[in-house]
Amino acid sequence: MNVKGCLFCLLPVTADAQGFAGLGADAEGFAVPQPDPVFAFPADHGSHFDYRIEWWYLTANLQDANGVPYGLQWTLFRSALAPTTSEDWSSPQIWMGHAAVTTPDEHYVSERFARDGIGQADVVAAPFEAWIDDWSLAGDWTTLDMTASGANFAYDMALTAQGPLIFHGDAGYSVKSASGRASYYYSQPFFDIAGTLQLPEGAIAVTGNAWLDREWSSQPLADNQTGWDWFSLSFDDGNKLMGFRLQQTDGGNFTSATWIAADGTTTAYSDGFLTATPLAQNAEDVPIKWQVELPVQGVDVTVAAINENAWMTTSVPYWEGPVTVRGSHSGVGYLEMTGYD
Amino acid sequence: MTRVVLQALLSHWWRNPLQLFSLLAGLALATALWSGVQAVNAEARASYDAAATTLGEGQYDRLQRRDGQPMDQATYVQLRRAGWLVSPVVQGRLNGVRIVGIDPLTAPGGAGPTLTDDAADVGRFLSGDGQVFASATTARDLPELEVIISPETAAGTALTDIGLAQRLLGKTNQIDSLIVLPGQPVTQTAISDIAPQLIRQQAQGGSDIGRLTDSFHLNLTAFGMLSFAVGIFIVNGAIGLAFEQRRPVVRTLRALGVPLRRLITVMAAELMLFALVAGMIGVALGYVIAALLLPDVAATLRGLYGAEVSGTLQLRPVWWLSGLAIALGGTGLAASGALYKLSRMPLLAAAQPRALAMAAGRTARLQGIAAAALLTISVLLMFTADGLIGGFALLGALLIGAALALPLILNRILASTSALAKTITAQWFWADTRQQLPGLSLALMALLLAMAANVGVSTMVSSFRVTFVEFLDQRLASELYVRPENATQAAALVDFATPRVDAVIPIQSAEISIGDQPTDLFGARDHSTYRDNWTFLQATSDAWDTTFAGETIIINEQLSRRAGLNIGDEITVQDKTFAIAAVYGDYGNPIGQALINEATFATLYPTITPENFGLRMDPANVGAFVTELSAQTGISISQTVDQANIKAFSLGVFERTFTVTTALNILTLAVAGFAILMSLLTLATMRVPQLAPAWAMGMTRRQIGQLELLRAVLLAMLTAVIALPLGLALAWALLAVVNVAAFGWELPMYLFPADYARLGLFALLAAALAALWPARRLARTPPAELLKVFSNER
Amino acid sequence: MLLTVENIHKTYQTADGPFAVLRGIGMHLSAGETLALTGESGSGKSTLLHLIGGLDTPDQGHIHLQDQDIAALDDNGRAGLRRGTVGVVFQQFNLIPSLRVVDNIAFQARLADQYDPTWAATLADRMGLTEQLNKYPEQLSGGQQQRVAIARTLAPKPKLVLADEPTGNLDEATAAIVMDLMMELVAETNAGLLMVTHSENLAGRLSRRLHLRAGQVA
Repeated sequence: MNVKGCLFCLLPVTADAQGFAGLGADAEGFAVPQPDPVFAFPADHGSHFDYRIEWWYLTANLQDANGVPYGLQWTLFRSALAPTTSEDWSSPQIWMGHAAVTTPDEHYVSERFARDGIGQADVVAAPFEAWIDDWSLAGDWTTLDMTASGANFAYDMALTAQGPLIFHGDAGYSVKSASGRASYYYSQPFFDIAGTLQLPEGAIAVTGNAWLDREWSSQPLADNQTGWDWFSLSFDDGNKLMGFRLQQTDGGNFTSATWIAADGTTTAYSDGFLTATPLAQNAEDVPIKWQVELPVQGVDVTVAAINENAWMTTSVPYWEGPVTVRGSHSGVGYLEMTGYD
Repeated sequence: MTRVVLQALLSHWWRNPLQLFSLLAGLALATALWSGVQAVNAEARASYDAAATTLGEGQYDRLQRRDGQPMDQATYVQLRRAGWLVSPVVQGRLNGVRIVGIDPLTAPGGAGPTLTDDAADVGRFLSGDGQVFASATTARDLPELEVIISPETAAGTALTDIGLAQRLLGKTNQIDSLIVLPGQPVTQTAISDIAPQLIRQQAQGGSDIGRLTDSFHLNLTAFGMLSFAVGIFIVNGAIGLAFEQRRPVVRTLRALGVPLRRLITVMAAELMLFALVAGMIGVALGYVIAALLLPDVAATLRGLYGAEVSGTLQLRPVWWLSGLAIALGGTGLAASGALYKLSRMPLLAAAQPRALAMAAGRTARLQGIAAAALLTISVLLMFTADGLIGGFALLGALLIGAALALPLILNRILASTSALAKTITAQWFWADTRQQLPGLSLALMALLLAMAANVGVSTMVSSFRVTFVEFLDQRLASELYVRPENATQAAALVDFATPRVDAVIPIQSAEISIGDQPTDLFGARDHSTYRDNWTFLQATSDAWDTTFAGETIIINEQLSRRAGLNIGDEITVQDKTFAIAAVYGDYGNPIGQALINEATFATLYPTITPENFGLRMDPANVGAFVTELSAQTGISISQTVDQANIKAFSLGVFERTFTVTTALNILTLAVAGFAILMSLLTLATMRVPQLAPAWAMGMTRRQIGQLELLRAVLLAMLTAVIALPLGLALAWALLAVVNVAAFGWELPMYLFPADYARLGLFALLAAALAALWPARRLARTPPAELLKVFSNER
Repeated sequence: MLLTVENIHKTYQTADGPFAVLRGIGMHLSAGETLALTGESGSGKSTLLHLIGGLDTPDQGHIHLQDQDIAALDDNGRAGLRRGTVGVVFQQFNLIPSLRVVDNIAFQARLADQYDPTWAATLADRMGLTEQLNKYPEQLSGGQQQRVAIARTLAPKPKLVLADEPTGNLDEATAAIVMDLMMELVAETNAGLLMVTHSENLAGRLSRRLHLRAGQVA
């Protein structure tokens, strides 16, 4: 038994019967997201220990001076064994960090684990800082500084928000299944980002845009859901699209989308409006080219991976990497796929 | 047809159960000896591995405070936040059990083997109530804890979460050491900027304990190898005899139309079946031997090196499979030769004797050439071998070469003696002895190897003991050692002791690195304790004077060999340069050691205070002194070590080492004796025609029987005489080549003539005992049997 | 023709150099015919018998047994021949000491897969071994042992019986009885018999005689 790999297995479930990485578990003792949420900031940027799972999830599409595209990921996960916390080793909260840099040819990954309660990792709402070891994401959400490092890469980035927070689903209450499972979900998709990538070939100055997701819940997936395909697309015309497709054991799926206009106004689309169809698979049978359609907004695009091998070789493996968008709209974005291992 | 042939072949054994017994017993004994030694080794090694993997001990670099005290937990978090991938370890003793607390989330992949257990529940492990893992024996010492039994946990160790361990050990917010993980991130702040009080200890490339106890295991491994050689010879002998006995049947079967290939296949299958049965019996016997030896071995290792080896034996596939493999492989090896000879055997008896004689002559020549080649190689290796493999090659070449040469040497000796014989009986005796040589040579080779192994290993163990005892005298010169808990206690001790004892010698050390070798640097006070007791392997004439003057440094043999440093070379410590004045022997220590003057040490390491004090006094006063010290200063008796106790304890440990060695000695001799018995028994039936003429010419059967006995003892004696120099050469190779290659120091070799004499007597006794029964049988051969020889020759 | 031997040569290596035992021997034998092979010691008669029995191979020449050239057979082929077609009775009885009499009698027939229990019982009966069936060879007298050997040879009903001084180790009276029995049984199975013997008396009882001298037919 790989101790770390079983972090998500801590929840007494198996992936087959109960969804990817145990996200479909019962919420006994934990709080459950309720409709019509009222968010309070900066408090809600911090941890919600009474929910089983939570993340601070940042992805960025970057370019260097020569126009070479790069992808970047900075993620902090919180997983709770019990809905409490304390200031010593006995705190039942566990932190997991994932960082990655994707180039057209390489994919660099690093993973960190930490116990709660001793200061090795935590998220403080004000002044906001999320950290695990030497990785950190800190600032006032208008500007943020971000660092991470691994055995063969590191980065140091500055972010500046160019638009408002975006709330998905019904004002931040994001339904994940026909049976009503849900999470709290908001984003800041309007970051400008600039900084330096440290790669084996040297330091590379890059700029681009970044998308920060915040999500927490206690059982977002239904028993019959095995994984998801998640798209965050930034079109050249300034509009953005968040969409996901939850795969079901019966072969069907559940979709959801948020249309984000350039000015920050949003339109939420429930199950069925968005369709995502795999067009091509890589050697590991992971779809790396998709047809994504949202007819009500006239979207019919082909989404293709910049680097097919953006597999996250972490304890819980998944695919996460930058994409290019062609078709009715063009642009860039990020694609995350789980449940293919 | 196969069934009919098999039936005919097997019926031979039912009609001759003694032959079947000797074949099976020979195979089984050889296997038992091998697998017994292997079992002991495998068990002990598994115990170290468990100990080592508990913490990834030795595999990874570690960070510790210079003063050996625990660090603040905050230091750990600071390092993590500065990009250092380190994992915390806290440890201490509870009811005598070593409690090890780890953080499974940051520990390296190999750590925490117990979590592979099905009973492990990571959630509970982390939750603060914790799960404690320990072996069943260790669990008994922790009655108040709920322990999950995990055989993979090192003996005497309990593994648990760091949070629980801190609570159990009263070390809240304290960490003893940090494991430095491989694959550190590319951006980091230097450790010296974050936690200058920490020093980094290099990975050992193997477990500390393993390195220490390897010297003991080398002993057992050498024994294992030698017992294997003895075993192969015995198996070969047993198989050869089994074929010899059935030669006429084989010829008949072929004459009746059994094809040669079929016959060989069936015989090979039959032998493999026997090998399998005998192998299983042997493994079971080996298990018994190992189970009897293991408590002693465990006690020895614990005493010698503080390594915990669980005293119970587990049935490990490694060694019972290797035991079966030895039985099958040895049989296969021996049988392939015998079967080849069989396939070349002419079908018709008439052409046989001449061909056989010619073949025997050729074999002898080849054997001579092989022996000469192997012995030449071993002589060359004596001067050139410097690695472990070279050392073992030397051992192998020496042993096999000598074994092959034995029959040729004996033949030469017997030939020259028979020329000197005066009476006709004596002439007949010598000539007849010479004639017996081919039939007995395999058994004698086994005896040679067994004796040489015993001489070699006893010499090694005894030399080790003598050296170690002298070393203890040298290094434990002070009558009493006291370890104060802190500076206040240290001051109180010095104040209390100074007026009451002959001398107070503070002992202080720093862990440093010299020539990339981890080294303990000691600051020594100028006192006759050092000058009188320490013996140097090499030294300048005024080594102590210059060293205590602060100009020079003295180093141990390990550092000298590993870093390639010799007298006159210079070493720089904290920017101060010292010339090396002397090299001293430092037995059983895995790392480098160096010694400088106390005052110089204090200027180089001003923060380090003495952790230990040696007190010189009249040994008779030690008891009273300790009682008073405890009463006046609060230093507990457990903080003091009476030198006499340590020595008595160490000697006790060696006595147990000898128990193991002696048991194995007796066992190998018994096996060799058995080989002689088997050979003689087989020869006895063939001997009737040879002895009949002697009987007819007027010797009594009693005389003939006595001469048979004398012959066996004589051959054993000659073998013993040859075995002695061989055994000494073996000991030399073990001490001067293999030991240096394995541990970096050379053990001086001592000779133990009384031991060798006793061993020789045992060998003669074994041979005499083995010869007794066949000789009696010959002496009681009915005259009618002897007469038959004349009426029914051929 | 049961057996035809043409121009057989055989030379052995000895301590004193090569020795030509057989130098161009030819002969033949029909089914039911009995032939005595006589000659001085060293004249080559045993060697010839061994070659015909497939126990050894000639350096030159042909041995046709039932139209099969023995000289051309490999070890396996010759072993097959010895099992079923040719039976050899040796001077030493060559019994298997660890098998009982009954198993020794059945042995060769079983090897050849031509075991007929009735015939084996008949042989034991005719040889007067009924009382000895459960004994081991070492418990029998020489004459009895040779009778077991003959029964064993005849049990597979061989086409050709070869006998090498079959009564050489027996006293005269026993030899006569054993000889009578063998002749009788060979005649009943209509096998050919080739017997090496020193004895004029014995040779006279067979239908033909071939005398060898220095490796050639005299």
